[in-house]
Amino acid sequence: MCLGVPAKILKTGDATAVVELGGVRREISVMLIDDVSVGEWVIVHAGFAIEKLSEDAAKQTLALFREIAEADPSGDS
Amino acid sequence: MHDRILLSHGEGGKRTRDLIEKVIARYFDNPVLSPFLDAGLLGRIDGEIAFTTDGYVVTPPFFPGGDIGRLAVCGTVNDLAVCGAKTLAISCGLILEEGLPLDTLERALSGMRDAAKETGITIACGDTKVVERGKGDGIFITTAGVGVSVDGWRPAPSEIRPGDRILLTGTMGDHQVAVLVARQNLSIDAPVLSDVAPLSGLLLPLLTRFAGKVRFMRDPTRGGVGVTLNEMAAAANARFVLDEARLPVRDSVRGVCEILGFDPLYLANEGKAVLIVAGDAADAIVAVLRGHPYGREAAIVGEVREGGSGVRMRTIAGGVRAVDYPVGDQLPRIC
Amino acid sequence: MNRGMKYIDEFRDPATAKVLVERIRRDAGDAPVRLMEVCGTHTVAIARGGIRPLLAGAVTMLSGPGCPVCVTPDGYIDAAIALGTERGAMLASFGDMLRVPGRTSSLEKEKGAGLEVRVVYSPLDAVTLAAATPDREVVFLGVGFETTAPAIGGAIKTASVRGVKNFTVLPSLRTIPEAMGVLASDPDVRIEGFLCPAHVSAVIGTDAYRAVAETRGIPCVVAGFEPLDILMGISMLLRQKKEGIARVENEYSRVATTTGNRKAQALMRDVFVPCDAGWRGIGVIPGSGLGISDAYAAFDAEKKFGIPVVFAQEKTACRCGDVLKGKILPADCPLFGNGCVPEEPYGPCMVSSEGSCAAYYKYGAI
Repeated sequence: MCLGVPAKILKTGDATAVVELGGVRREISVMLIDDVSVGEWVIVHAGFAIEKLSEDAAKQTLALFREIAEADPSGDS
Repeated sequence: MHDRILLSHGEGGKRTRDLIEKVIARYFDNPVLSPFLDAGLLGRIDGEIAFTTDGYVVTPPFFPGGDIGRLAVCGTVNDLAVCGAKTLAISCGLILEEGLPLDTLERALSGMRDAAKETGITIACGDTKVVERGKGDGIFITTAGVGVSVDGWRPAPSEIRPGDRILLTGTMGDHQVAVLVARQNLSIDAPVLSDVAPLSGLLLPLLTRFAGKVRFMRDPTRGGVGVTLNEMAAAANARFVLDEARLPVRDSVRGVCEILGFDPLYLANEGKAVLIVAGDAADAIVAVLRGHPYGREAAIVGEVREGGSGVRMRTIAGGVRAVDYPVGDQLPRIC
Repeated sequence: MNRGMKYIDEFRDPATAKVLVERIRRDAGDAPVRLMEVCGTHTVAIARGGIRPLLAGAVTMLSGPGCPVCVTPDGYIDAAIALGTERGAMLASFGDMLRVPGRTSSLEKEKGAGLEVRVVYSPLDAVTLAAATPDREVVFLGVGFETTAPAIGGAIKTASVRGVKNFTVLPSLRTIPEAMGVLASDPDVRIEGFLCPAHVSAVIGTDAYRAVAETRGIPCVVAGFEPLDILMGISMLLRQKKEGIARVENEYSRVATTTGNRKAQALMRDVFVPCDAGWRGIGVIPGSGLGISDAYAAFDAEKKFGIPVVFAQEKTACRCGDVLKGKILPADCPLFGNGCVPEEPYGPCMVSSEGSCAAYYKYGAI
């Protein structure tokens, strides 16, 4: 029920923005979030940005995954 | 000539003759068709004959990377090519809607002409009908194709055995996404071109060069690679196992699929083939495919295994799942 | 050609997946741990990722009622069809709803018989459609949970501001936390941990699950939809169980926060009002639905056209309710694959793209 994709803001408009993912662009509504700027990442669902994606938090999560993979006691990486 | 198709263009009288002589003949100019007899006389043909037909109703008729005319030629050429046959001649049946802009017809005809020229085939006969406004979606084209088997090769699903490899000649989903985007009702802007292309030059040389190594070929049109593989596995009564990480898909096609919730495995292709080949020849065949403009992204995407039937896939997460027939067309979903 | 999709591909790394699976298997006890993925999108992601067989014996994933299509009453489909056939409205819908069986028919079947149904990607497309066809009534089938409710609310607000008077919504909106509470207290179900929805949580905030975790003592982890997110989320649930704790943890920290999207929540409070809602196969759950508030009554299709959505008890043989509650697995339903298949579904779990039964049937035959 929650198909949402991470997309990057290319252009901002009135209550809309143009986002891009994999080279694909669509105009979406940003009326559900505040102050988007070009270069920020958002989650797009049904033509709306429903929340921002924090690149810092993403990096931390990925760093945690790397840690787990490297610390694997079975020695199999 | 008028700038739109009228009912009288289909009635067999002067307007029909005008349409044929002043418009169609300019695009299909060859000695078989030019006398405009009731049939195209192809002369004596040596070899095993293959015959196919297909109807083309794509909307919109023009899309990035191709058009209905090119599609009508390539689709039929490809059906023959995957059965090991070189196309000699095709027929062209046109059903035009009253009010169709003449320019649209001419663009479609030029698409057919260019594709026919590229493949060296003759458009040997044709027919034109006009239906009332509202009774036809602009332009429908039906083509039937006659071809000759290369070296007597025949599709042999019963030859498929464990250890054989599953090959794809390139990326999945380009055609369907290009057409979907061209329909503009999803307001998506994606740099995707239809892959519509004639594959005889790509596939037929393999049959002689790798004699005895190519078991079976299909072109994955409606329903995509997913449906085609299921059909092939059923024909072969074999178990196919795909490797998700090796499936070739362009980023832009993936982008559209992620947004709309589509699975690229079930999207239509018009310039690709699936091949089942002997395991010991797979790498060499891929190398040859990649040397051709229509096979640059060719890849081994799976193998034939022991045990059971149907199609399975090793997922990126390391698991296994079934790849079944889809039900109906994929629709944009939120879930 | 393929440079990869950022924030998607990194969360699909096979080597890390392998390590997480091993971690899960080590942390699991003798009996498989019973976890419920609440959200239908998780059900599909788990099925498409082939994750269930990887965890066999260690974890049993139960699929919960977070499939908005599955829990929409068949009376809703009947009402939608009536709006088209009796009131002449043009219906606009997400693709998910097309094949859901109503009492006697479906939108897809009626479309074949002349009903006008347009599939749209966004509810705003339905507003645009209405604006472009002022002489027709356009009814948007507003089905979803809290991920989609703000978007539907946004479309209603947009129609209101733009003065698009021929646009209405037939709502079928439900909220997740109340349903989780009902499941958590059902002794037949025995859930040892909830894998909580990614995008519902992005809207409502992860704190919304604290009541379930703290008062019912059931661990909750909010997880994203990529394979690594799901495996990590499951691993976090197993660790909580091992440590004997029950908290809300957030694996999807790159998007979901404790308080959620305040702006979206404010819009939901403006356009919608909580109400009791019937969940197909489960029954009425108090306060688990969202109706359109009086201020926006002009955009409520039920009120405008006087065609109510009737919630009534099910065809007796359909076990979708028990599947949705995680009481049985799809294969335990006597109709599974035997009178109920995706091409001819008896109940919504088999037709919905994220119904448990459809997911099992399409991806699970291994």
